[in-house]
Amino acid sequence: MAAMAKAHGEDLPDHPHGWRRYLYSTNHKDIGTMYLVFALLGGLVGGVLSIGMRLELMHPGLQFFHDSHMFNVFTTAHGLIMIFFMVMPAMIGGFGNWMIPLMIGAPDMAFPRMNNISFWLLPASFTLLIISLFVEGEPGAPGVAAGWTIYAPLSTTGHPGPAVDFAILSLHLAGASSILGAINFITTIFNMRAPGMTMHKMPLFVWSQLVTVFLILLAMPVLAGAITMLLTDRNFGTTFFTPGGGGDPLLFQHLFWFFGHPEVYILIVPGFGMISQIVATFAKKPVFGYLGMAYAMVAIGGIGFVVWAHHMYTVGMSTAAQAYFVVATMVIAVPTGVKIFSWIATMWGGSLEFKTPLLWAIGFIFLFTVGGVTGVVLANAGVDRSLQVTIFAGWYYWFPKMSGYMYSETIGKLHFWLTFIGVNIVFFPQHFLGLAGMPRRIADYPDAFAGWNLVSSLGSYLSGLGALVFFFGVAHAFMRKERAADNPWGAGATTLEWTLPSPPPFHQYNELPLIK
Amino acid sequence: MLVLKRLTVLAITMVAILTGAESALAGLGQPSPWQVGLQQSASPVMDNIIWFHDFLLYIISGIAGFVLVLLVVVMVRFNARTNPSPSRTTHNTLIEIAWTLIPIVVLMVIAVPSFKLLFLQLNVPAADLTVKATGKQWYWSYSYPDNGQFEFDSLMLKEGERKEGQPRLLAVDNEMVVPVNKTVRVITTGSDVIHSFAVPSFGIKIDAVPGRINETWFTATREGVYYGQCSELCGKDHAFMPIAVHVVSEQAFSAWVEEAKKKYARDEALPPTTVAAAQSTPR
Repeated sequence: MAAMAKAHGEDLPDHPHGWRRYLYSTNHKDIGTMYLVFALLGGLVGGVLSIGMRLELMHPGLQFFHDSHMFNVFTTAHGLIMIFFMVMPAMIGGFGNWMIPLMIGAPDMAFPRMNNISFWLLPASFTLLIISLFVEGEPGAPGVAAGWTIYAPLSTTGHPGPAVDFAILSLHLAGASSILGAINFITTIFNMRAPGMTMHKMPLFVWSQLVTVFLILLAMPVLAGAITMLLTDRNFGTTFFTPGGGGDPLLFQHLFWFFGHPEVYILIVPGFGMISQIVATFAKKPVFGYLGMAYAMVAIGGIGFVVWAHHMYTVGMSTAAQAYFVVATMVIAVPTGVKIFSWIATMWGGSLEFKTPLLWAIGFIFLFTVGGVTGVVLANAGVDRSLQVTIFAGWYYWFPKMSGYMYSETIGKLHFWLTFIGVNIVFFPQHFLGLAGMPRRIADYPDAFAGWNLVSSLGSYLSGLGALVFFFGVAHAFMRKERAADNPWGAGATTLEWTLPSPPPFHQYNELPLIK
Repeated sequence: MLVLKRLTVLAITMVAILTGAESALAGLGQPSPWQVGLQQSASPVMDNIIWFHDFLLYIISGIAGFVLVLLVVVMVRFNARTNPSPSRTTHNTLIEIAWTLIPIVVLMVIAVPSFKLLFLQLNVPAADLTVKATGKQWYWSYSYPDNGQFEFDSLMLKEGERKEGQPRLLAVDNEMVVPVNKTVRVITTGSDVIHSFAVPSFGIKIDAVPGRINETWFTATREGVYYGQCSELCGKDHAFMPIAVHVVSEQAFSAWVEEAKKKYARDEALPPTTVAAAQSTPR
C-alpha cells in the first residue's frame, strides 16, 4: 500500500515526504489510502477473532476458552472492530475519501485538515479498544464481555472493572471521527461539485455516500449520548439505566438501537452505490431508473430511523408499539426491492463482462436478496455477509485506479469463489440453528446443535482461506506491476475518475471539468 | 488438500441430511441433531408460529427463486459474447411502478397473518395459573403466587449430575412444573442484569428486565419436559442457565404443589408479590 501511495506524486516537490506526508496529510487520496490500510488491519484482527469463535463452536464443550467470559470478549471485540474499524473505515473513509472528489470533479475535500484529524482519531480509538481487552471487565476477568450492544445493566453493574470505560471512550473517539468525516463529506458534496454536475447527475456512489453520512450525522450523537450516560452511571453515581434510582435499562436499548439500526444502513448503503457503479460499468449500460435508485437510498435511510425497536420485540413493549415497528420494518422492503430489480434491469439488455468486480456485485445481489427476504422473517442476519462482499466488489473495481496496477483476474476470481462459498457455508446453517432454538452469543451449546455448528465452522475456515488469497493477490499485484490504463474497464465506465490517469496525480482537476 | 477434505465432509453431511430425514425431524421439547426447522409445537401459539413460518418460507423462496432466475437469464442472455451491443434503455415507467406496487401487495398479504399472530401472542388470556420466573446470574428462580408462598432455584446440572437421557446444558435440578392444558401466565423479571426467558416449543421468549415485570403466556398441550435457554447475553455463564418446564397432569401438579410447599418453605413468610425491583438497591 505504501508503494501504491508512492507511485503517484512522489516526484512532485509540493508535498511533504516520508512519515510527514501521512501524519500531516491533507490529501484525500493519501488519507483514503490510510483508511483502507487501517481497515485491512482492523479486518485482519476482527477476522482472527471470528475464526477463534468458530474454532470454539466447532465442537460441543469448551475447548479453547477457559470460561465463556473470554468467548464473550471475542464476540464483543469482533463486533465492534468489524463495524467501527473495518467496514466504516473501508466504505466511507477509504472509498468515500478516494472517490467522492474524483467523481464530482473536485480537487480535494472541503476541509482537508479535518479529514486528517478524522482519520488520526481512529488509531487512538482502536488503541483504547485494544487496551480494554487487557484490563478488568467482569469481576476478575479482562475485557468487555457485554456484546457490541453493551446493554445496561450488564455493562454497568455486571462489569465493575474499567474495561467498559475504555470501550466507551474508544467509541466516543470513533464516533467523533465519523461525525467529522460526515460534516466534511456533506460540505464537499453540496459545494464542490464541478460546473454542470447537478445533484441529479451525481454518480450513485456519491448519492450513497451522501445518504450514509447524513445517517452518521444524525445517529452517532445519539450513541454518544447513550454511552455518556452509561459512563456517568458507571462512575459518577447517576442512575439513568438503574431501576433502583428511577432509571430504566430499556432506555439504553431504545437509545442504542436508535443509533444501531441506522448504523446497519451506514454499513450497507455505500455498498448499494458501489454495486450500481459496477453493474453499469460491466453491463456497458447506464444505470436503470437512476432517480428511483437515488431516492430509494434516501427512503431506506429515512425509514431506517423509525424502525429501531424491531431489535427489541422481546423486551415487553406494548402491542401497539410492536405492531407499528412490524409495519415500518416491512415498508423498508419496498425501496430495497426497487434497488434489486433496478440492478437486474441495468444488466438486462447489457453486454456483461464477467470481470472480478462484477462477480462480486452479482454475488452481492443474490446474497442481499436472500438476506433481505429472510430479513422479513428473522431480523437482519444477511447483512454481515453482504458487507464483506460489497467491500471486495469496490476493492477490485477501484484497485487499478488507486494503485495504478492491475490485479490478477485469476486470483481475484479464486478469492471470490472461496469467499462466496465460504460465507454461505458459515451463515446458512445458522438459520437452521436459530430456528431450532440456539440462542446467540453462547460459547457452548446443547449437543443437538453440534452438526450445523461444525459445518458453519468449516465454512469460516474456507472464507479465512479466501482472505489469505486476497492478501496474496494484493501483494502479487504490487510485485507484478502490470500498469493499469486510465480506464481499464472500457466504454461502460463513464464516471469522472476514469478520465484521470491511474493512479491519479497528487492534485487533480487543476482545471475543473465541465459536465454537459 | 485441506479444501478437498472439507468439501468431502460437507458433501457427506449434506447427504446425511437428505437421506436421514428421520434425524432431521424436530424433537419434542428440545432440539435434535441436524434439525433444519423450528422445534415441534406444544402450544397453540407455537402452532401458529410454525404455520406462519412455513407460509413465509413459501413466499420468500418464491421471491429468491425469481431473482435467481432473473440473474441467471441476465448472465446467459446478456453477456459480452451473446449480446455484444448493449441497449441504452434506462427507463420503463410501467415496470418501475409494477416493482413498487407488487411488493406492497405481497407485504399486505404477509401483514394480515403476522398481526393475527402478534395479537395472539401479546393479548394474555385469563390465566389458570401464574408462574413468576426471575432471571439471576446464572440461574432461574420460580415462584407460584397463586399456589402458596414458595420459591425455588433452578440450576443447570453439571457433568456427573445428570441422569441417563437428560440433555447436556439443558437439564436442571429443579424444573418449573405446570399442569397440561391449562393457560399459564409467565411473569418475568431480572434481579441483576437482563435475562430472557425462552421455551421454543411453546413459542415464547420474553426478557427478564430488572425493575420491570413482563408477561407472556402459554398452554402446554402435551405432557413432557420442554427445554429452553437464557436468550439475552447476561455475562459469563449465559450459556449455562437453561430453562426446563415439566408439563404434568393436573393431579400430578396438585401433588407437586403440596410437596413443593413443604420442600421449598421459607423461614419467614414474605409477601407473595415481592419483585426484584424492590430488592435491588441503587448503586
